[in-house]
Amino acid sequence: MQFSKVTGKKVDHKVTLYALSTCVWCKMTKQFLTDKGVEYEFIDVDLLEDNDKEKIRQSILSKGAKLSYPTIIVDDKTIITGFKKDQLKEVLGV
Amino acid sequence: MTTIEQISQRAEADAKTYGYYLTPNPELLQAFFEGLKTNENRYGYPLCPCRLASGKFEYDRDIICPCDYRDIDIAQYGACYCRLYVNKTVYENKNLPDVPERRPIEKQNRAYEPKTSTAGASISENQATTEKTIPTQAKSAVSQPASTESGEVKKKLWYCKQCGYVTYREDPPYICPICKAKHEMFEEINLKISLSG
Repeated sequence: MQFSKVTGKKVDHKVTLYALSTCVWCKMTKQFLTDKGVEYEFIDVDLLEDNDKEKIRQSILSKGAKLSYPTIIVDDKTIITGFKKDQLKEVLGV
Repeated sequence: MTTIEQISQRAEADAKTYGYYLTPNPELLQAFFEGLKTNENRYGYPLCPCRLASGKFEYDRDIICPCDYRDIDIAQYGACYCRLYVNKTVYENKNLPDVPERRPIEKQNRAYEPKTSTAGASISENQATTEKTIPTQAKSAVSQPASTESGEVKKKLWYCKQCGYVTYREDPPYICPICKAKHEMFEEINLKISLSG
């Protein structure tokens, strides 16, 4: 199970994105982060092996997040459910 | 292979039938169609592109587009969970609302079960339930782990007390597809078959 890393110039926050490859709002989130030059890691949960899906489920829930996509976790503490541009801008300072 | 044209024609026809609109942004709309096409070719049915599939039809049937939750979400928020289907006001204002997930967590959890394992029941039990939102008559189907060892769901006959619509599935739809009666209007049909005389 491997997160994909997207490099960017803004590295002051640890940004983790749980996504689905088919999900429109996940694509918008990826695009937004890339456009803003934010470095982030993401995983497309629908493309994982079955055994890894359960690990991801536990990891999402353990952070107090919901099983909803996209879920963005900033610095292991701020949870953003859905593509919420204003909230992302504020939290990431972009 | 399902094509984008088939997907888009189906969605447009469905929106028209129910008096809904498709999302007003053409780029977004195209992306929804792409997602639905990918899922239909991957699973054999047009699963909601915004949700995780289990890949088992019976587990996924409530989130096959248009999903069970669409009508009630449009009535409450003006759009479905994905915001593919919207009402007239949202279509004209082009201001898409936030729509929270109302699918019960027990059903969401099934998408994460390894297909060869029987872990499903324990996963369901460990989760905080969303029973508050589940009408009492449908409670039994949700609060008990419905999955069996073979990954099959326990199907029952349900009828709509308002119009008589009958459906054979795990739990009744959120809204009757025929008369739009609420979930609470569904009751289980208990059949007793006597073989004597």
